Amino acid sequence: MNILVCIKRVPDPTGEVVLTDDGMAVDGRYAGYTTSAHEEAAVAIAVELAEATSGQVTVLSVGSEDSVEQLRSALAVGAHDAVLVEADADTLGPADVAAAIAEVITTREAAGTAYDIVLLGNDAADTGDFQVGIRLAYALGRPVAAGIQTIAVDGSIATLRGEGPDGTEVYEVELPAVATILEGGVSPKYPSVVGRMKAKKAPLDTVTWTGTAKGSGRAGLTVPPPPPSEVVVLGEGPAAAAKVVEVLTKLGVVSR
Amino acid sequence: MSVVVVIEVESVGSGARASLVSREALTFARGLGAGDVHAVVLGEASPGVVADCAEQGVVAVHVASNPELQRYAAAAWAAVIEASGRAARADLVVAPGTNRGNEVLAHVAARRNLDMAANVVRVDSVAPLVVERQVVGGAALEKTRVESRVRLMTMAGHAVEPIAADAPGAAEVRALDVTIDPTDLRAQVVRTERREAGDTSGLTGAKVVVGAGRGAGGPAGFDSAIALADRLGGALGVSRVVTSLGWRPHHEQVGQTGSRISPDLYIACGISGAIQHWAGCSSSRTILAINTDAEAPMVTKADYAVIGDMHEVLPAILEALDR
Repeated sequence: MNILVCIKRVPDPTGEVVLTDDGMAVDGRYAGYTTSAHEEAAVAIAVELAEATSGQVTVLSVGSEDSVEQLRSALAVGAHDAVLVEADADTLGPADVAAAIAEVITTREAAGTAYDIVLLGNDAADTGDFQVGIRLAYALGRPVAAGIQTIAVDGSIATLRGEGPDGTEVYEVELPAVATILEGGVSPKYPSVVGRMKAKKAPLDTVTWTGTAKGSGRAGLTVPPPPPSEVVVLGEGPAAAAKVVEVLTKLGVVSR
Repeated sequence: MSVVVVIEVESVGSGARASLVSREALTFARGLGAGDVHAVVLGEASPGVVADCAEQGVVAVHVASNPELQRYAAAAWAAVIEASGRAARADLVVAPGTNRGNEVLAHVAARRNLDMAANVVRVDSVAPLVVERQVVGGAALEKTRVESRVRLMTMAGHAVEPIAADAPGAAEVRALDVTIDPTDLRAQVVRTERREAGDTSGLTGAKVVVGAGRGAGGPAGFDSAIALADRLGGALGVSRVVTSLGWRPHHEQVGQTGSRISPDLYIACGISGAIQHWAGCSSSRTILAINTDAEAPMVTKADYAVIGDMHEVLPAILEALDR
């Protein structure tokens, strides 16, 4: 089977958020960049699914040329080929990104490569729109399940599992389909030396989206200033234990 | 001009109630001054849910009773929300900023080609609609315009406190006439595997959460944190690095890519407090940080702190509690 995974290059969310001078984007120069967390999980699911079905994994990103770094990372853990849809991701809204991905899928399908399942992150670590995968599914006329953590495929049916409010929810969806992935169902994959070597040589296709951007509606970003620290230091080391118990008692967490 | 608020239902004791984030969304919608507030219930509109809506000043509660809705299908629920929007002549739809609230509203957005803003914390202007919403896990706010004729947005949890309306609303229950298209049932939950007791479910509802991060040192380093959580009737939570390293299972993760918690007390042990983690714990009422680094963000953002190694401090707290 053919699997397409869509990933996004995002400023590393473990670092401090710094804005560009015009306040229109997050400047990741200091924190560095990474693949959005849910999409790392999507890549891992795709690679395992391909191994189980002798399938192929194509990894796609809509973004600047720098996104090649994230595409190569996915290739290094087992994706077979990559597509970069070159665009200024900061100026695109979720409907634009979905349209750009849909165009790649329909173009490739017309050329003979159809994707049985398309995986995306549930929400991007930076923009957090929660929409791209769902808008893509409607653009393609395919069913979509969100918040999926594991996938198994048997013939033309995919069994998708994710955490719902009352427990693990199971979907059985006829392929072709779209699923948005939440981290947590599979272990992250780390590249081997051989994987990194392969990734350097793996095919990477660069295309441009022919559509017109609707835009994100973004008028600017702000980073709320941290409230002044009002921390009450109860003490150092084990000697602070008695003070901690006093606080726990005051909060009503323990009764004395 | 009116607003439809999407209500998620949660079980409280023997009955169903509108979830906290749904009630927050109702308070928020009422405060916009954008017309009557209607509700559409995702699930059973039990008397408790209708009473919660009335308390929030809701004029009408729209309910669909199609048998196809018994098992969750986001697209089918989107069809119900669309029908409620037509019935209420709404030009604004607000849903809770949960994974499910964001999912069903994104379906509505995709079906109707509408703009949607996720995790809104503030509305600067209703017409044109300009909102501020959480991005980067809440570390930054984006000011954004929502330009479509019907505007869609989800409310970030805990952006407002749920406050009862000055006068209760009629909360008249109105049946929606909806036909569910078979294509909207292509992705439908076929079964739910209930969590076993003692599993993950305790974390998001816990009154006390004891968190442990890299400072635990390894898979064997969580014993005293678990012991303290047990002693306080709470749950264990961990940071992303802990689950990435495979020290603890993912369902215990607190953070942007894990659970968002809002306990009365969060005791964060050996956790530096990166944005990713803060996104999941910032709604805690009181935070006590235990960390060797007095400058760690978790410490400076906390209400109380103990500077020290969790492996020394936690056993001392347990001992002091039993004294």
